[in-house]
Amino acid sequence: MNKKPRSLSKIIIAAVLSLVTIGVIVWAMFADERGRYVVLDPKGPIGDAQRDLIIISTILCAIIIVPTLILVGIIVWKYRDTPDNKSKYTPNWSHNTTAEVIWWGIPILIIIILGAVTVRYTYATEPSKPLASDKEPITIQAVSLDWKWLFMYPEENIASVNTLTIPEDTPIRFELTSDAPMNSFWIPELGGQMYTMSGMAMVLHLQADEPGIYKGSGANFSGEYFQEMKFDVNAVSDEEYEAWVKEVKDYSEPLTEKSYEDLVLPSVEDEQYFSAVPDEMFQNIVTKYVVDKNENASEEAAKE
Amino acid sequence: MLSEFWEFLTTEFLVTGDPLILGAQVSIGLASIAIIVGLTYFKKWKWLWKNWLTTVDHKKIGIMYILAAILMMFRGGVDALMMRFQLAMPNMEFLHADHYNAVFTTHGTIMILFMAMPFMFGLFNIVTPLQIGARDVAFPYLNALSFWLFFLGAMLFNVSFVIGGSPAAGWLSYPPLSGLQFSPGVGQNFYIWGIQISGIGSLATGINFLVTIIKMRAPGMTWMKMPMFTWSVFATNIIILFAFPILTVTLFLLFMDRFAGTHFFTLDLGGNPMMYINLIWMWGHPEVYIVVLPAFGIFSEVVATFSRKKLFGYKSMVFAMLIISVLSFFTWVHHFFTMGSGADVNAFFAITTMLIAIPTGVKVFNWLFTMYRGRIRFTLPMMWTIAFFPCFIIGGMTGVMLSVAPADFQFHNSYFLIAHFHQVLIGGVVFGYFAGMYYWWPKLFGFTLPDRWGHWAFWTWNIGFYLTFMPQYALGLMGMTRRLSTYGWDTGWMPLNLVSSVGAFLMGAGFLFQLLQIADGIRKHKENKVGADPWDARTLEWSIPSPVPEYNFAIVPTVDSVDQFWEDKQRRANQQAETPPAYEPIHMPKNTGIPIVMAVFFFIAGFGFVWGWSWMYIPGLIGVAACLVARSFQYDTDYYIPAEEVNRTETALRGSV
Repeated sequence: MNKKPRSLSKIIIAAVLSLVTIGVIVWAMFADERGRYVVLDPKGPIGDAQRDLIIISTILCAIIIVPTLILVGIIVWKYRDTPDNKSKYTPNWSHNTTAEVIWWGIPILIIIILGAVTVRYTYATEPSKPLASDKEPITIQAVSLDWKWLFMYPEENIASVNTLTIPEDTPIRFELTSDAPMNSFWIPELGGQMYTMSGMAMVLHLQADEPGIYKGSGANFSGEYFQEMKFDVNAVSDEEYEAWVKEVKDYSEPLTEKSYEDLVLPSVEDEQYFSAVPDEMFQNIVTKYVVDKNENASEEAAKE
Repeated sequence: MLSEFWEFLTTEFLVTGDPLILGAQVSIGLASIAIIVGLTYFKKWKWLWKNWLTTVDHKKIGIMYILAAILMMFRGGVDALMMRFQLAMPNMEFLHADHYNAVFTTHGTIMILFMAMPFMFGLFNIVTPLQIGARDVAFPYLNALSFWLFFLGAMLFNVSFVIGGSPAAGWLSYPPLSGLQFSPGVGQNFYIWGIQISGIGSLATGINFLVTIIKMRAPGMTWMKMPMFTWSVFATNIIILFAFPILTVTLFLLFMDRFAGTHFFTLDLGGNPMMYINLIWMWGHPEVYIVVLPAFGIFSEVVATFSRKKLFGYKSMVFAMLIISVLSFFTWVHHFFTMGSGADVNAFFAITTMLIAIPTGVKVFNWLFTMYRGRIRFTLPMMWTIAFFPCFIIGGMTGVMLSVAPADFQFHNSYFLIAHFHQVLIGGVVFGYFAGMYYWWPKLFGFTLPDRWGHWAFWTWNIGFYLTFMPQYALGLMGMTRRLSTYGWDTGWMPLNLVSSVGAFLMGAGFLFQLLQIADGIRKHKENKVGADPWDARTLEWSIPSPVPEYNFAIVPTVDSVDQFWEDKQRRANQQAETPPAYEPIHMPKNTGIPIVMAVFFFIAGFGFVWGWSWMYIPGLIGVAACLVARSFQYDTDYYIPAEEVNRTETALRGSV
């Protein structure tokens, strides 16, 4: 390196460092409640387990990468080509069994540990597995549409669009499907996401440990206004939940086959509430495409 | 009639109504006119046709690949900057949602398939035959055809934003979104045919280089004496051989769904979109190893050369690379852990994904211990290699974190994922190819690139990189999902997004500095002229003059060690007296115009299929067939360079050193 570029790069470094500083200050000014690391500060048991796992895997990986990063720095500095460098130079040293066994061995060991932890958590947090709780779980059926979310409460026979209200401290059994291109149902503060796909009903168990408003969204790109597929999850006390159900029942229109047909068309919607849901609505959405097959099958059976 | 035609032209055929695109259309038009006028004015058409368009010389094809890659990096980079500009502040109204979707779709597709792949093929072409002491690749004609298929495929994809409209269903185009119902325009057809045509070229290149490496190594070069870059090319091409047919079939089925009304990937009549997602990732995941393994090969060469030391743990390196190429086929499900396939499946694919970290980690340690007790020179290729270490180590770590299936339920589709794969793709692939470009540049052109702008580029790229992607990890943990075209003030994501956008523009500046560096290098090429071996390097390609004569090796070398050229230099230092070589006539392939003509017919057929115009795709396909027939009746495909001419060339080249 000659002298000039080095001074130029110093200027760049200075400029960038000041930009970073400005950035950090701006960030600190704006970082309120909402700019939280929601994934690392979850409010439910599934989210908790996933956060723990994120921390465990970070530590396990850091055991290898931190020393390696330090080693990179030391080696690059120590063996730089300067006339007065007195460190050892062995141009033909290219093999050492002990050394190679060590760096095949350590990553293998770490991956075995991480693998074991992963497998345990994979079974423990399997989304279709019910959560341990004294309370009966509540079922909510979520359907991703172009470009909104329809939530149906089969036990209460109500529905809502782009907003969820759930009782805190109660396991929620989400049944997920789609009547549009696939999407992904994600409430980071409660736990990880799950795909919604037409023709399939997936199950995802989540629970909110404390009351609050949690942000949810569609996480899988599904077309033009996909970014509008976000919703608030209001976790409330049991009494408030019952009051809310009653209010929805009393003050809104029912969802009908007809109004669903309108809802399914591509559009961006505000929050909506429905006082009733047609029978078997969710099952009909899931099996919408299977029907043809049955018809075909029965036609073929009739021919025979 | 005419008014109908005009209406079609202005409403469907040309993309109208967007000032950004209008600007692009005008500048593309002006640039094309300027090129045509320029070539005519300077009477360069014949020169262009004779020396470049019809060439079968692997070095020239390599240069054209890299030129195309740089051009595409510009296009993909502009896309990236438009996205980062849109996301710099909440509620931005710079790009409409639909336009934004087209931009990220083309950004992803172009960067992987039309930037990384051709850059890689360019380096394969330039380096592989030279490293193994060969005079050409196994099938020079096929090699030219591969290039032109790639190039015209890329052009077909690229015209979509001014003609017909860009695809907007994401770079892997999941159905049903990419199906006719949800993407009714021609954009998806451009996607399918652009990739399909260039994909045929990629598969052919894979086969070509496999055969080249298996059959054309210099006498004495056994498998375990092959240079590491050649090994990486070999491993990569094995993956290409198995992965690209999957892509071809998948895209063909998607095309049939759109074109012929089949239901492979739509639920009616029993198709299944998840089938597409499995298939596309069975190609897509190996694809990332396809682009990164050659970068590993480059680092191996660069580290050994600029540490003046033998590569540490050669056998481990080879073994690690082959393990990676096999494992790469057993990890695809980690792209959709959240599809509910159950704990058994997720646990299996989590483990197979983590396993890749082991051989990759071993390679990093071997590179480190190649530098250990060496003498490190901070040239540009070495600087990019050193910059790769921290970047790739951190990116690798977040990769392992993503592979932890239950944790991935939180990372999936978030900015954490975006940060991870950009870190390994830029830190691994792009930095690697830059290192390779700077390393082999003097071999190709006979002069080195001046450092000044190179250092500017290096620092802006690197600092820009960390500024862009480190905040994105944080944004992911804040719950920001990928492919959002806007977000509100209430999210609290503004500051980090702003920093990320500033970083992206710094990287853009880095790219401009590299262009400046190349321009500066060309301007000063006389003062930066170098001989055969400017880096004091180790492998065979440095034993022949720079730039390399068209026949590469006047005398085919014999090999008895990995660092053949280095050993030769040592020997020569000890004992003297080289006997003057006795040259023999060299057998060479002749230039041919068929590959470019055939690729143009492929383009015509593809364009016809995009619009569903049988009057266009039928003649296109007939043209392709005619080219195949024409070639099979071409008997005069080779010639000999007489020994005297070889002697003359060699004397001239060696004399100038």
